[in-house]
Amino acid sequence: MGPNTGLQSCPCAAILEDFMKSFAFTVAAGCLSAGLALAETPVLTVYAPDYFVSEWGPGPRIEELFEARCACDLQFKPGDLLPRILLEGDRTEADVVIGLNTDVTKKARESGLFAEHGVDLSPLTLPINWTDEVFLPFNYGHTAFVYDTTRVDAPPASFDALLEAPDDLRLVIQDPRTSISGLALVLWVQSVYGDEAQAAWEKLAPKIVTVTKGWSESYGLFTDGEADMVLSYTTSPAYHIIAEEDETKKAAIFPEGHYFMVELAARLATSDQPELAGDFMEFILSEDFQSMIATGNWSIPAALDGDKWPEGFQKLDLPEKVLFYSEDEAAELRGEAIEAWRRALSQ
Amino acid sequence: MAPRALAIAAALVLAVLTLGPVCVVLARAGGFGAFGPGDWQALRFTLWQAFLSASFSVVLAVPVAKALARRRFVGRGVLVTLLGAPFILPVIVAIMGLIAVFGQAGLVNRILGALGGPTLDIYGLHGVVLAHVFFNLPLAVRMLFSAWAAIPAEHFRLAASLGLSPPAQWRVIDAPLILRVLPGAFTVIFVICLTSFAVALTLGGGPRATTVELAIYQAMRFDFDLGRAAALAVMQLVLALAAGLVALRVAGQAGFGAGRDRILPRWDGQGRLARGWDAMWIVAAALFLLVPLAAVVLRGLPGILLITPDTLRAAGHSLMVALGSTALCMAWALPLATRRGELLALPAIAISPLVLGTGLFMILRNFVNPFDMALPVTGLVNALMALPFALRILRPEAEAITCDYGRLRATLRMSSFAWLRLVWLPRLRRPMGFAAGLTAALAMGDLGVIALFADPDRATLPLQVYRLMGSYQMEAAAGAALLLLMTSLGLFWLFDRGGRLGAEA
Repeated sequence: MGPNTGLQSCPCAAILEDFMKSFAFTVAAGCLSAGLALAETPVLTVYAPDYFVSEWGPGPRIEELFEARCACDLQFKPGDLLPRILLEGDRTEADVVIGLNTDVTKKARESGLFAEHGVDLSPLTLPINWTDEVFLPFNYGHTAFVYDTTRVDAPPASFDALLEAPDDLRLVIQDPRTSISGLALVLWVQSVYGDEAQAAWEKLAPKIVTVTKGWSESYGLFTDGEADMVLSYTTSPAYHIIAEEDETKKAAIFPEGHYFMVELAARLATSDQPELAGDFMEFILSEDFQSMIATGNWSIPAALDGDKWPEGFQKLDLPEKVLFYSEDEAAELRGEAIEAWRRALSQ
Repeated sequence: MAPRALAIAAALVLAVLTLGPVCVVLARAGGFGAFGPGDWQALRFTLWQAFLSASFSVVLAVPVAKALARRRFVGRGVLVTLLGAPFILPVIVAIMGLIAVFGQAGLVNRILGALGGPTLDIYGLHGVVLAHVFFNLPLAVRMLFSAWAAIPAEHFRLAASLGLSPPAQWRVIDAPLILRVLPGAFTVIFVICLTSFAVALTLGGGPRATTVELAIYQAMRFDFDLGRAAALAVMQLVLALAAGLVALRVAGQAGFGAGRDRILPRWDGQGRLARGWDAMWIVAAALFLLVPLAAVVLRGLPGILLITPDTLRAAGHSLMVALGSTALCMAWALPLATRRGELLALPAIAISPLVLGTGLFMILRNFVNPFDMALPVTGLVNALMALPFALRILRPEAEAITCDYGRLRATLRMSSFAWLRLVWLPRLRRPMGFAAGLTAALAMGDLGVIALFADPDRATLPLQVYRLMGSYQMEAAAGAALLLLMTSLGLFWLFDRGGRLGAEA
């Protein structure tokens, strides 16, 4: 651990407890001349979403696997991704950012803060063709309404059937203005119903129990029995199958297609560890990473053939048809799609 | 004079911390942005729900606080402490508790269903107001209750020997007291509800229940439109200040006269009707506030076994943040316990935590690495956000002390130090205990600005709850939430009890 070696050699910091460590480090770094003893192992700073770093998230395993091959110290900095990087500009500490979604790629690209990943994309096994030279996919899923087979006997067999379902079918969804899955849902409705999107939302409205700020709150309501179906991902049942040996949670598959949701990594142009960052990007598509990510992040690996997926994933119901807007199309449609949702649900 | 210099310093730090971040965000955005399509509707909804929530909270608080103040029964102390719990619950935990009781599949609907009654739908404006009353009724009750408890027993004795009828006693004692406390309580609750976001959205049932804070979140985190976020944040601040000015104008301020600080049994309200009335209010309030808490406990019990060292470490961090915040907040509040100080502090709850966090982040990163500052910044921001509550509790009492004992001080020519040590601090102990308990518990449960300052090794407990939920660990999250509830409540109880020790109120 790089920083600690510095700490111990500075007596002024020895008495400070955990709470003060943060100050202490700043002080210690100041007492020692910069760079002394601190730079023995190179540090790769990775910005990641908050849930990544919990012991249940994929962070710890990524760190372990990558450190085994890089002779470096991988440090996750969890929290906001793009907002923070945009605020920091070219003074950002991040070398790599992992966990971006397609809704921000346009803004991120336009900032000019990101560099090309330089990774060969031929191993990708995504259901769509991916040629982006800056944003590298590491896992994917699709939006889907997840239900409990013990509570819903006959799930709607199509999006149309969902719209026509009796109004006592209770749904919880996420707000497209505050959550990425909520945004994917309005784009999903937009791509299935086009100009009729608002009418579709009006049919859905009486069935929507409530709209939550993020995915966690919705999923909590669903597992508590407050709703019959929850807007989630096609991969959600895999968690229940593998971690809980529970096969009663299923995703309703619609022939109209499901919206594609992919998680991305990118490297910063300003990184002071360009080589390590490059290694990390290569590592993302490696079999080590890809075979871990399915159960690490409960999503489908971006570059791994289906027969190598964990068994629970092979049991998943997956859509034949996948819908996806490019970032330019999505940027153009987004305002209109959210407004259709807002107008229909505000009536 | 030293105390004045202290007050000015405290006020300056306060002003810099509330207005500085907004200015920084504004400067970075290069000016105010235009409001979006739904923003005016959001503003209307925000004001209306805040007005309703604050009105219901304070009106219902009057009979509950009066009943609690004049009845003595077994478990009263515990009940008073527990009634404070909803206010300090982290939002997500409280929502889950409320839905377990009032939701579609909740307790109330199961009882109604068994009786063949109609199904209750919690989602809508009434759900938002219900949740806000759940959070804030306890605060209003406690403020009124403390004021009632501070009335010298001699007043009731005199009222009894004069043979005042209940209406006359109401006019002479109760009504002035309510007028003194209620406008301030209304304002604080109104301002808290102005910044409501997740509660309003979840229980409001959809975009109809969009608040200004949600629009700020969208502008800040989703659209990166700092100008619009800053414009909305300033609007929120102006509303809070306006509410504060109105309240200060309405509220009376005189003290209640000094007494000998004895606890005497009350003579009034011993009729059967009055006792039944009080009992009804106490039972109703206890059911309304405690059943959802019980639901949180029940949901969390199986998850207790899933508490890991990570979660315990997070609890430790939260505890340190809470204690730090409390010390800071008390040191800050005492010099500011005046009318002007309170008005100055009110924006601290109205300022959007997102804008505050972003502004602080932009300022701090010029000097230090923001990641290293996660806990200190959380502590500071929590102290800042709790300051208006602390002042609301301390200010009326502090002024009453000056009003009641100022002549004594002048007669005895007490030095400032002697006055503080012998009169001011001892007499302020009870409200200080309450304010400190509230601050500590709020700091335990607050997520605040951590999103920009997150530190992987120093998560706080509420953050840990969210992390667990984000990884499908719903049961472990419920366990962690229970731990959070217990620690918040424990801290609150310790401080509050410490303040009331020997005061038998």
